[in-house]
Amino acid sequence: MNKILEKEFFSPQVFRMKVEAPEIARKRKAGQFVIIRVSDAGERIPLTIADANASEGWIELVVQAVGKTTTDLSKLSPGDSLHDLAGPLGRPTHIEKHGTVLMVGGGIGIAPAHPIAQAMKAAGNTVVSILGGRSKELVIMEEKMKAASDEVIIVTDDGSYGMKGMVTDAIQKLIDEGRKIDLVIAIGPPVMMKFVSLLTKKYDIHTLVSLNTIMIDGTGMCGGCRVSVGNESKFVCVDGPEFDGHLVNFDEMMQRLSMYRDQEKESIDHACKLGLR
Amino acid sequence: MEKKELTNKERLAIPPQKMPEQGPKERIGNVNEVPYGFTEEMAVAEAERCLQCKNAPCIKGCPVEVNIPVFIKFIAERKFREAVAVIKETNVLPAVCGRVCPQEEQCQKPCTVGKSLKSVDKAVQIGKLERFVADWEMNQAGSESPSIKPSTGKKIAVIGCGPAGITVAADCRRAGHEVTIFEALHKPGGVLAYGIPEFRLPKKIVGREVDNLVSMGVELRTNMVIGKIYTIEELMAEGYEAVFVGTGAGLPMFLNIPGENLNGVYSANEYLTRANLMQAYSFPNTDTPIARASNVAVFGGGNVAMDSARTALRLGAKNVYLVYRRSHEEMPARKEEIHHAEEEGVQMNLLQNPVRFIGDDKGWVKAVECLRMELGEPDDSGRRRPVPIKGSEFTIDVDVCIVAIGNASNPLIPHTTPDIQTNKWGNIIADPETLKTTKKGVFAGGDIVLGAATVILAMGQGRKAAQAINEYLATGAW
Ligand SMILES: Cc1cc2nc3c(=O)[nH]c(=O)nc-3n(C[C@H](O)[C@H](O)[C@H](O)COP(=O)(O)OP(=O)(O)OC[C@H]3O[C@@H](n4cnc5c(N)ncnc54)[C@H](O)[C@@H]3O)c2cc1C
Ligand SMILES: Cc1cc2nc3c(=O)[nH]c(=O)nc-3n(C[C@H](O)[C@H](O)[C@H](O)COP(=O)(O)OP(=O)(O)OC[C@H]3O[C@@H](n4cnc5c(N)ncnc54)[C@H](O)[C@@H]3O)c2cc1C
Ligand code: SF4
Ligand code: SF4
Ligand code: FES
Repeated sequence: MNKILEKEFFSPQVFRMKVEAPEIARKRKAGQFVIIRVSDAGERIPLTIADANASEGWIELVVQAVGKTTTDLSKLSPGDSLHDLAGPLGRPTHIEKHGTVLMVGGGIGIAPAHPIAQAMKAAGNTVVSILGGRSKELVIMEEKMKAASDEVIIVTDDGSYGMKGMVTDAIQKLIDEGRKIDLVIAIGPPVMMKFVSLLTKKYDIHTLVSLNTIMIDGTGMCGGCRVSVGNESKFVCVDGPEFDGHLVNFDEMMQRLSMYRDQEKESIDHACKLGLR
Repeated sequence: MEKKELTNKERLAIPPQKMPEQGPKERIGNVNEVPYGFTEEMAVAEAERCLQCKNAPCIKGCPVEVNIPVFIKFIAERKFREAVAVIKETNVLPAVCGRVCPQEEQCQKPCTVGKSLKSVDKAVQIGKLERFVADWEMNQAGSESPSIKPSTGKKIAVIGCGPAGITVAADCRRAGHEVTIFEALHKPGGVLAYGIPEFRLPKKIVGREVDNLVSMGVELRTNMVIGKIYTIEELMAEGYEAVFVGTGAGLPMFLNIPGENLNGVYSANEYLTRANLMQAYSFPNTDTPIARASNVAVFGGGNVAMDSARTALRLGAKNVYLVYRRSHEEMPARKEEIHHAEEEGVQMNLLQNPVRFIGDDKGWVKAVECLRMELGEPDDSGRRRPVPIKGSEFTIDVDVCIVAIGNASNPLIPHTTPDIQTNKWGNIIADPETLKTTKKGVFAGGDIVLGAATVILAMGQGRKAAQAINEYLATGAW
């Protein structure tokens, strides 16, 4: 049982949670995730390790409550425990000195971008971070990202904070300014990652994306997380979660993410009806 | 009054006892176990069919050489406790094996009674008798734990809590070692928990066996993916003097044909894991969804395919087609499963092979195109090779497809432990007698060594590995 140590809401839907997990904290590397269950009848869901402290023995998760499991999780308080926690899973981000690394985080995707920015900076890169959100309150972890980057650019769809527009507009602007970019790492909603990849492909800038497919075991046993990467089927949980954005078939991936849309609604409606929430 | 000894002729005249079971119509509406089990009277009558052959050919048919005539004689004498004890000398999971062993290929195949009556179907039903006594024991209060030798202070890590790992843990614990099982999933049991459905193997049986291990003092750590949280090297550095790898064959194979990533196309592992381990049967009372479909095609002809097809029926499918590229005779599934599947209405599409999946405009599978096959010359496996008939394409309308063509080995452990050698299929290479791998102190067995095999073979290897581990820890000799 892994005890919850802290919980804080960034916005009505987005919260961070510090969880006691000494073994995972010691072992995890940037880019890895965990799989959790909230109850014995619960689903297994993957969440990125947004931060960790090996000496204090905790990991931090940043979660957007979008459906049944993430909402159940948002109801837990410090002192409660997760029912199950397995990890660290997935391959860590390959960290080396590239030169200038552009970290693009959209919405909740800023959380997984954070440890990667930290590691890239520690490896001697110049880290420029673009944080995007629909509106000001959805731009999270600004201070932490500032600490992990040389420069932070904020973009909101509605212009309520920073530059008005999409993260791709900010990338285009940097390119137009003649900034040399050696690597782009984009993490966020699949559509965002798709359009970032389409843009950087035009300029031949190597781009990594971190995919958030539906998963169950997270060990390569079920194949439910498979995506087409350069016409090959890959398992996101063991071969990823990071892939070359120029090779990922995003349309297929988005289709697969919608596989259980009706049942996801049924699940949360059912919980409401029973008065569970 | 002393009962008169039956003559062989009288024994051969006793009809095989028919185990009562849920009717096909009723059972596809629930997930309860299909056969109810023998009553005591039936078990005794079945046991009396055994001729107590001097050479006991049945024993040689059993991979772990259960002393079959002896346990059956005890059943005939209603000495059930003694019967279980005999089985448990070589088989720690009789309630499981009695249910899932392919008996018609193993112990019952060479049985003299079956041979005399010219049909393996009329052999003494050894598996069903094994199940009977194991269930009988479970229903007795206070069945005693096996005795455990004084502590040796030596630590053993068992990776994977499937039948192989369970066997090793039990045998090594009995020898007085400290045993820790590391299991990747949240629930122990391996395929017995996530793959084989409730209606064939009730999960409480598996749960009870695992509880026994824990009450013997085995430490069970779930949610531990070895290779990720710890490598084998790190476990050894933490003081585990021997490591057993029993991680199974959990890497689903796909057909590699167009459209395989459409929505609604599952690997059998995913479909069965959702249904069994995650209890999608009970959705929305449980949280994990599974696609509910009217028309389901399953590809394959083994136990995994039968389990998938029968699960689909229980999830409400109207038509379930089992698409297999060879003929009925070559199907590798247990006979009883094929029989049960047919009774339940699974449609056998034999000598057919899928060539592509066709999706609708929302990316959901709507049909599968197949080719008809005919049987040509025998291949390496000795079975006749299916060859496609040119121009025989046709389509089947479906809304869910399940690919059940087999499992390869999960590379997680070999990748993170480079000094463990694997063969070209990715199976760990281990000595067949001692189950020693190429790395000192590391043993491996079960499906990770054999490729997708059977429960009893995995246990048989576990048993041998435990013996070798106990010896290695006593002498230090590799
Ligand atoms: C490697 C990885 C890392 C992730 N990291 C984070 C993170 O740090 N923070 C965060 O908020 N979210 C993260 N996600 C997404 C998160 O797992 C889903 O939001 C969550 O599973 C939704 O579950 P639910 O029951 O609340 O919602 P549901 O109503 O079940 O689903 C909402 C949407 O989430 C997706 N989803 C559903 N079930 C799963 C599942 N079992 N696995 C993955 N996705 C699913 C689907 O697209 C679905 O439409 C990550 C996903 C992956 C694969
Ligand atoms: C659907 C299905 C039906 C079957 N039906 C039958 C049948 O009727 N009769 C029969 O005899 N056989 C049957 N089999 C085959 C039989 O189940 C297997 O041969 C047997 O379970 C193998 O045992 P094992 O202990 O080697 O591995 P498994 O049972 O596969 O157990 C391996 C365990 O290791 C865990 N693991 C994997 N990787 C790691 C890791 N890195 N760290 C920690 N843990 C890990 C897994 O989660 C799993 O729990 C069936 C198989 C399937 C899939
Ligand atoms: S071969 Fe058949 S009849 Fe002979 S001892 Fe074995 S079970 Fe009994
Ligand atoms: S373990 Fe399996 S093969 Fe051996 S006697 Fe029992 S049912 Fe038969
Ligand atoms: S989640 Fe099952 S294989 Fe990736």
